[in-house]
Amino acid sequence: MLVWSRSGRIGAWLLFSLLFGVIYVLPVAVIAIASFAGQWNGVLPSHLTFAHYARAVHSSLSAELRVSLITGVMASAVALVVGTWAALALRKIYGASRLVLDIVFFIPSAVPSVSVGLGLLVAFSRPPILLNGTIAMVVVAHFVLTSAFTYGNVSAGLARLGPEFEQMAESLGARPGYRLRHVTLPLITPYLIAAFSLSFALSMGELGATMMVYPPGWRTLPVGIFALADRGDIFESATLTVLLACATLAVLVGLSYIPTRAASRR
Amino acid sequence: MAPGAVIDDVRSAVRAGSSWSSPKLGSGIGFEDVTVSYGKLVVLASLSLTIEPGEIMALIGPSGSAKTTALRAVAGFVRPASGRIRIGERDVTDLPPHARDIGMVVQNYALFPHMRVEDNVAFGLRARREAKEAVKQRVAECLRMVGMSAYTQRYPRELSGGQQQRVAIARALAVRPRVLLLDEPLSALDAQIRHSMLQELARLHEAMPSLTVLYVTHDQTEALTLADRIAIMRDGRLVASGPSQALYREPPTRFAAEFLGRANLLPVTLEAADAGDGLARVRLGEISLLVKARPGLSVGRDCLLCIRPHGIAMRPGGRPSNELTGVVRAMQWQGDLHSVTLETQGVLIRMICAPLRDPPSLGVRFPIHFAAEDATLIPEDA
Ligand SMILES: Nc1ncnc2c1ncn2[C@@H]1O[C@H](COP(=O)(O)OP(=O)(O)OP(=O)(O)O)[C@@H](O)[C@H]1O
Ligand SMILES: [Mg+2]
Repeated sequence: MLVWSRSGRIGAWLLFSLLFGVIYVLPVAVIAIASFAGQWNGVLPSHLTFAHYARAVHSSLSAELRVSLITGVMASAVALVVGTWAALALRKIYGASRLVLDIVFFIPSAVPSVSVGLGLLVAFSRPPILLNGTIAMVVVAHFVLTSAFTYGNVSAGLARLGPEFEQMAESLGARPGYRLRHVTLPLITPYLIAAFSLSFALSMGELGATMMVYPPGWRTLPVGIFALADRGDIFESATLTVLLACATLAVLVGLSYIPTRAASRR
Repeated sequence: MAPGAVIDDVRSAVRAGSSWSSPKLGSGIGFEDVTVSYGKLVVLASLSLTIEPGEIMALIGPSGSAKTTALRAVAGFVRPASGRIRIGERDVTDLPPHARDIGMVVQNYALFPHMRVEDNVAFGLRARREAKEAVKQRVAECLRMVGMSAYTQRYPRELSGGQQQRVAIARALAVRPRVLLLDEPLSALDAQIRHSMLQELARLHEAMPSLTVLYVTHDQTEALTLADRIAIMRDGRLVASGPSQALYREPPTRFAAEFLGRANLLPVTLEAADAGDGLARVRLGEISLLVKARPGLSVGRDCLLCIRPHGIAMRPGGRPSNELTGVVRAMQWQGDLHSVTLETQGVLIRMICAPLRDPPSLGVRFPIHFAAEDATLIPEDA
């Protein structure tokens, strides 16, 4: 922080803590507390209970969580493959054409996700491509919304990698496929993991587009949470939110433990 | 491991009938009128140069003179705008790098950071799908060759610069390349290690006499120590090339003389183009000197007389010898030698000699000598 006097520094930290507390910690804390609340009439809730959790486990939660996880993994895997492929294919393109391509890639993340869902619904509800009411439609929606981030992440990794290792591999007789598998991809593994993690997290929390396209029997957890909150079951929707966050975090933490020998390079 | 032990290993490996010496005899490198440009900017202008099989050719020149560009054209990483590149009998101009059969070592080594030393060295062999057992044997052989057998399990980041360098050389040689391309391989090392690596490179080549080497450097000592022939680049053009000693002793241009070692360049006028015995007579100020003749220069023409600092001595040596009288203007002791600057006939001359027990003081006059055969004429650059 660019404040040097002692009192100034303390003031800056106080301001920062206050903002961080109000904007970031408070809503999360409220949700966490609400998930244990039996009643909430005063400043703090009363009748703390595990009942919501008990009910959540026995309700449709496990099905919805499974749907969310499967959708998230599938969409992120496809986004990772396509985003990596696009980043590799476009890395030698510079200047204005690159800018245009980048923008095209990022448009889906710039418009409301509801609109993306609507667009998919309209586009794929008639021949030749009929995806309306299929699970694939949900995966496609999540893919469209997250692929820009995988593309961006992998592009950044490739830009940092530089050409020297790949050229050395080539000089040693490695064909392009061998070079990709044994040099390029291993060296950008940290970026691939980051890309997958990001799109997985985005997918787990996705609501807008999913609302538009999900078929019966393929309801994701965020849709369930929204339905509960809409009905006024605030405490139970808070419970599901906490569980969703825990599941997502668990996967992300797991991903961060994938050993990457390239991570400690040089 | 002592370098001597390494080389003994190599020799015994060769004697044992192993495949150290490349089976692909006769792979020289040919640049035929090669031009490389980036957009409109021509960085390498119609380079024509032949490197004979088994030869070490040093490509030297100041920074930005397109040495690396020329080397990368051989490797296939830059495409010539025109001209052809040959490796052995093959025209490789249109081949991708992986099909060119080269070995390469670059300034920062570019060892694969995610692979252990042995996997780095094995990389090229595995990429060629060689049999597991053969790969293992060859990797061990190459690492022994560069004295790195004890480090097979390390990652590159766990090695010193000199050790990384050895691994990089082993990796390049493991695939038995037709030609070895070295781009300033020693410039990241400190002076002492550089010197011993230089000797080791020379020994490696001794053990593999059929290996053709293109050695890019801007260090004239490296070039003179290692190379059979030297090519000098300037601003993307080849300005001189020839056997190292000849180029050093008889530089064709002022640039070559100054770039390859230190030189006294004295302004003289040609008095007699042929003074017998392959000598010529020139005038420096008021005195007349006998120097090596150079065909193609006409009498009365202004030239430069090139004399290397250690070609000048305090006692006459060689026949015929010239004598000048100089006034000491500067004196420098550099440990194992003395550098003396004298003024004579209005010009400064530097001489280098063994440390003087009784060095002359500034302003003293004394005679100096140089042999006619150590003095060569250079036409004054246009
Ligand atoms: N990718 C590139 N695009 C444009 N110009 C380039 C490119 N690569 C090199 N050049 C130019 O080509 C010229 C020759 O570069 P090169 O790297 O071959 O020089 P060099 O002799 O190896 O120099 P050094 O001793 O500094 O390594 C330089 O003027 C450089 O600016
Ligand atoms: Mg260079």
